[in-house]
Amino acid sequence: MATISKGLFGSSLARKYWMAASGLFLCTFLVGHLLGNLQLFVTGEEGRQAFNAYGLFMTTFPLVKILSYVTYLAVLLHTVDGLMLARQNRAARPIKYAYEKQSANASWASRKMALLGTLTLFFIVIHMRSFWYEMHFGYVPTYKVDGVEYKDLWTITVTAFENWWYTAFYVVALLGLAFHLSHGVQSAFQTLGVNHPRYTPIIKKAMGAFAWAVPAGFIAVAVFLFVVQPGQSI
Amino acid sequence: MDLTLKIWRQAGPEAKGEMKTYPISGVEDDMSFLEMLDFLNEELIENGVEPVVFDHDCREGICGMCSLFINGEAHGPGRKVTTCQLHMREFSSGDTIYIEPFRAKAFPVIKDLMVDRTSFDRIQRAGGYISVNTSGNTIDANSIPVRKNDADRAFDAATCIGCGACVATCKNSSAMLFVSAKVSQFSLLPQGQPEARDRVLSMVNQMDLEGFGNCTNTGACEVECPKGISLENIARMNRDYLFASLSSNK
Repeated sequence: MATISKGLFGSSLARKYWMAASGLFLCTFLVGHLLGNLQLFVTGEEGRQAFNAYGLFMTTFPLVKILSYVTYLAVLLHTVDGLMLARQNRAARPIKYAYEKQSANASWASRKMALLGTLTLFFIVIHMRSFWYEMHFGYVPTYKVDGVEYKDLWTITVTAFENWWYTAFYVVALLGLAFHLSHGVQSAFQTLGVNHPRYTPIIKKAMGAFAWAVPAGFIAVAVFLFVVQPGQSI
Repeated sequence: MDLTLKIWRQAGPEAKGEMKTYPISGVEDDMSFLEMLDFLNEELIENGVEPVVFDHDCREGICGMCSLFINGEAHGPGRKVTTCQLHMREFSSGDTIYIEPFRAKAFPVIKDLMVDRTSFDRIQRAGGYISVNTSGNTIDANSIPVRKNDADRAFDAATCIGCGACVATCKNSSAMLFVSAKVSQFSLLPQGQPEARDRVLSMVNQMDLEGFGNCTNTGACEVECPKGISLENIARMNRDYLFASLSSNK
């Protein structure tokens, strides 16, 4: 039997490993991002100062900077790899069925991963333009406390969510992400070979809860900002 | 029972095919799906129409020859049955039934509903075997102790009849369930160990060469598999392939 090893590149399985690994890494990013966002529940001057100090830390602390570059790479890898997989999958069935009943044997989210991923990517671009780009390259008002200069990202953020359509877009995008995660996270374990009669039911339940809890947290912050409008009282 | 059949007709591998409509009456509940097609073909022959070509052999659900994508599902609406074991009592008079060949780039249509599944044979030839000396000093299979649980799971994997329903039903035309069953039936047993790493690498390589799609873990294959092959096999193959890729020195 001839050994044909392509290592961890090139084969269909390897592509899926990268998809799973980058996806799981991005899930840890989501948790970190959400924990940061929860500070927005604190309103007033105290909340503004805490959030902006956090923003300064996140854009200057070396370890966080390294992690942020790994995150950009993971998004890029997950996107390019996903596109390549979707292209191959399309090519694998040149003539479509006249009548297909996919709902009979697979969940909606599992069949729409590419669509949900594209929606999420579209959201990321808009989202990064709104905040990341402004923070790094745009104009953000600054102020000084005890000689330290802070960028007022807090005001940019709370002002963005005073807008009803921006908030609505955010909520829809995060619901899309929830569906994407509801299949993707537990699926990543299967792709990396983790399947056991005792543990898989627990993984599926826990990752299902994760998939909805994390986007729910982001949505809660967004809706809170829209309803309370803390920027008006500063 | 009166039915309207919509059947894929294609004169040959290169010909352009299309769905054609055939009304049929006098179908009985107790007919198997293939008997219903035999019944249709007798009528077509009497009327001077080219009969519908479809694959079949044992008609007992064990050979893996029958296929057909019926009303949007591989082997039709039943669970854990092949098309030959599907009976017309599952349908009602007046129903319209769509009958299509298993669709995949790696399963090209030969004629009408018959597809070429030799891509599966080539995957098997790439590593779906164990090398055993049979020239005079054959070793008794039972001389090596095997844990009962492992033997059972290897047997479960080996019940795959290679029909291709997993490929047909997968939105990506992925052959992962078939290949993983054929890898697992050996990787779970001591006899399969010496060639385990080469086997999984070679069979996956051949699977990719044949042009099957990738696995999205939708689980549709497991639902439609007439033999109930488990997704655990796919995870095992993912695991085996990962370790083999990392440890291969070639």
